[in-house]
Amino acid sequence: MGQEVSSPYILRFEECDLSSLPLVGGKNASLGELLRAGIPVPPGYAITTKAYDAFLNQQGLKKPIFDRLRGLDLQDIAGVEEASQFVRSLIESAPIPEEITTVIGDAYNHLWRELQLPLMPVAVRSSATAEDLPGASFAGQQETYLFVRTQEEILDKVRLCWSSLFTPRAITYRVKMGFDHEKVLISVGIQKMINSFTAGVMFTLNPASGDVSVIVIDANWGVGESVVSGAVTPDQFVVDKINLEILKRTISRKDVYFTTNAERNKLVEMEVEEERKEVQSVIDKDIKELARFGKLIEAHYGKQMDIEWAVDKDLPAGGNVRILQARPETVWSQKKVEPVVQPKATAMEHIVAGLMQGKKF
Amino acid sequence: MKFPDPHEIPTIPGTEGWERMYPYHYQFTTDNPERMAYEKSMFWFNDALHYPEPMYPFDIIWDEAWFLALSQNNTRVFIVPPALGVDHRIVNGNIYITPVPVADPSTIPARVELFMKRAGYYYQNWDRLHDQWEKKMREVIEKVAAIEISDLPEMEEESVVLEGLGISSGYKLLKKYDDLIDLGILAWQYHFEFLNLGYAAYVVFLDFCQKAFPDIPIQRVTQMVSGVDVIMYQPDEELKKLAKLALELGLADAILGGGKIDQLWPKLQATEAGIKWAAAFDKAKDPWFYISTGTGWYHHDSCWLDDLNVPLDSIRIYIGTLKKGGTIERPLAQVREARDKITTEYRKLLKTDEDRATFDQLLGTSKTVFPYVENHLFYVEHWFHSIFWKQMRKISGIMVNHGFIKDVEDVWYLSRGEIKDALWDLVTGWATGTKARGPLYWPKEIAWRKGVMDKFRQATPPPALGTAPEVISEPFTIVLWGVTSESMTNWAKAKEVGDLSTLTELKGFPGSPGQVEGPARVCRSVTEINQLQEGEILVAPTTSPSWAPAFQKIKACVTDVGGVMCHAAIVCREYGVPAIVGTGLGTQAIKTGDYVKVDGSTGVITIIRR
Repeated sequence: MGQEVSSPYILRFEECDLSSLPLVGGKNASLGELLRAGIPVPPGYAITTKAYDAFLNQQGLKKPIFDRLRGLDLQDIAGVEEASQFVRSLIESAPIPEEITTVIGDAYNHLWRELQLPLMPVAVRSSATAEDLPGASFAGQQETYLFVRTQEEILDKVRLCWSSLFTPRAITYRVKMGFDHEKVLISVGIQKMINSFTAGVMFTLNPASGDVSVIVIDANWGVGESVVSGAVTPDQFVVDKINLEILKRTISRKDVYFTTNAERNKLVEMEVEEERKEVQSVIDKDIKELARFGKLIEAHYGKQMDIEWAVDKDLPAGGNVRILQARPETVWSQKKVEPVVQPKATAMEHIVAGLMQGKKF
Repeated sequence: MKFPDPHEIPTIPGTEGWERMYPYHYQFTTDNPERMAYEKSMFWFNDALHYPEPMYPFDIIWDEAWFLALSQNNTRVFIVPPALGVDHRIVNGNIYITPVPVADPSTIPARVELFMKRAGYYYQNWDRLHDQWEKKMREVIEKVAAIEISDLPEMEEESVVLEGLGISSGYKLLKKYDDLIDLGILAWQYHFEFLNLGYAAYVVFLDFCQKAFPDIPIQRVTQMVSGVDVIMYQPDEELKKLAKLALELGLADAILGGGKIDQLWPKLQATEAGIKWAAAFDKAKDPWFYISTGTGWYHHDSCWLDDLNVPLDSIRIYIGTLKKGGTIERPLAQVREARDKITTEYRKLLKTDEDRATFDQLLGTSKTVFPYVENHLFYVEHWFHSIFWKQMRKISGIMVNHGFIKDVEDVWYLSRGEIKDALWDLVTGWATGTKARGPLYWPKEIAWRKGVMDKFRQATPPPALGTAPEVISEPFTIVLWGVTSESMTNWAKAKEVGDLSTLTELKGFPGSPGQVEGPARVCRSVTEINQLQEGEILVAPTTSPSWAPAFQKIKACVTDVGGVMCHAAIVCREYGVPAIVGTGLGTQAIKTGDYVKVDGSTGVITIIRR
């Protein structure tokens, strides 16, 4: 096992939290927050904004970049485009200082050695510090590179993430909003790619009834896209949110699953082997584990959530459920909340009303 | 949903004339168009919950008793606004019942007003009325125990003359039989004094929970309202105390290896410690050993006092656990904690303050009434019934003595009215000095009735008859029988399978959550629970408090009858053991040694290997 990396340029996700947002960006900070709440996300590191800042400084890039961007006319689309090209190629062609490349290399080595997975693919993602501003999410700062495998490749993609801060859209947006280009920094996340055995979605309510006392999990073999896209009728599990009991399980016939072709970095649809088609695609223990995470995520965000998850076959069984993404549920959460029954002065009045209504056969 | 026409159920060949075994008004009849139309329009479901086997002509007494008691409280006493009573019929020995709604909606507002006042009074004064109830019930039990039944003397004592009594033992026998029956009916009047209101409060709370949380398991709602220190646990607590005492007195091995109770007792009397323990055992008997080994509804449900080996074997199971260093205490603190935890969490999930207020109101009322729902069983079905059956056997013994019937157990083939007639025949014969007709009449009739009952047992009754309703508002039908279109479909499906040995899946009510696999052991009565091995899955017709020690050993429990509030479900929830209740045919479809999977959350039993 490699030595844990200690440097101002890099933080393990476990070390990130909301207070480190200026350093690691919104996405990495929220991964750290999830870990702290006991929710397992795929492991990885944040390359801090200090690394980006040191890179610009040491390569003397700040002056040429910010001079070039000063006084841009947003009406001149070609002009903005040209400025963007200029800045981005400056960033993409400058070498990263050795003190930073060493740290990133060490971090990657540490990660794959810890998991005993040589040539382990990672995802490299930008994590902008301004991302959490309202409306900022479309600002082009959402670079993601999947299946990145070597130190050189990682460094390449890190630089691409940095330069993504200067896409024409991002530049235009900042000018419009009156943000200072120099003050907006960027962090990058390096995270283990999930090798998905089974995956799917989880709602912390029943999407069919709106019942918030249950968690509903949909699952299929392979990566979660077959579930999200509706390519199959997934297995479905209704789990009681209070005691994490599986109340209902519907095992469907699953003809296809999706898997990732790592070389081509593309999703491919595969036929499920006959003997697995009608087999429950996620074991009970993992269902309960997932539901427990769902409960934690809901408590963490204080609202019902829509969650993507996967079981990673690279990780030791019994602890290989990972949460990929969590966002607020939007359908039931936006309905107007009304009392289930009209309030009454006494239990007696409720009893009469209840009896009067009876029970549908 | 359509069920068979109640008037077109064929008579089983060889049972023609079975109708005379039961009250005449229990028959579906075609001789009056109005009555026939009413019967066709109603939804009659088979009360397999209480009657897993065909009705004995005498045992129908309890059916008649609750027919009256439940119905009167809905219709005439508390005036449940939309619901009248529950009507009864019998076909081929099986009881069918139907909830009767209020037909004229214009009468409902007046009924609401009356209900608010009357039921409201009970809810508000629950504890006081309940104390009063307990007193009344103890009186009934004292009275039934005090009836002294003895055979007729050759001649009356001289005192009849000297004291100028003016009555004979013949008259007294008739009177005592009447008293016995009357006390039985009275016990059932009290049985329902609180029950309708208890169920009404619970059903409305249940309904609210299901509206707020459509996926909530009913067992969770039951758990929220359940009492922790209910009286039904006391008999078992007494056995545990005796087990502990045995260890304290250094008698563990002597009791474990002491053989049947008749062999053990003399041995105990030989030592001071033994005498002390035997005295404690005797002291616990009244009332705690008046525990039926069944539901108490059938005459063949014997009680602990009928066979003291039953409680003794249970004590031995506890001694065994204690010797191994195990604990036999009910985890009271955990049960309470679990109950409070789920209550708090569900309450927190409610979205509005209004709903939280409703939840608090309904939960409060349900928690007030629920201990009664759980406790009345001990007083009526166990304590009272156990004494009642014993007294009835004394009556029967007299009939045997006079050649009316061949065996004490033959009396159950006569209805209570027929027994009265036979006793008249008997006492007038005795009084006159002539031969009664009974010995010429009853043995033949009983032999025929036994044949009829055998044929009834071999037939499978349809789960329901007539026309399914759109809405059911009768609280018992909803909560106790769990009648829904889904449960009806499940019953129907299982009954369609002709060859039960090919069945691989069975459905029941989820009684206690959890999923386990293991070998099954079918125990048809409590006397078989000593065969249970650690880790087996118990399959039983039903369980009662006398089965309690079994729950120490088992991995899961499956019963033929019962709802989420039945004994097995309640105890399994406490021990954290999965349970599926009300499967209909668990003991028939599953054999000892079958490897089964029990999912107490979904109610599905899978037979993996036979």
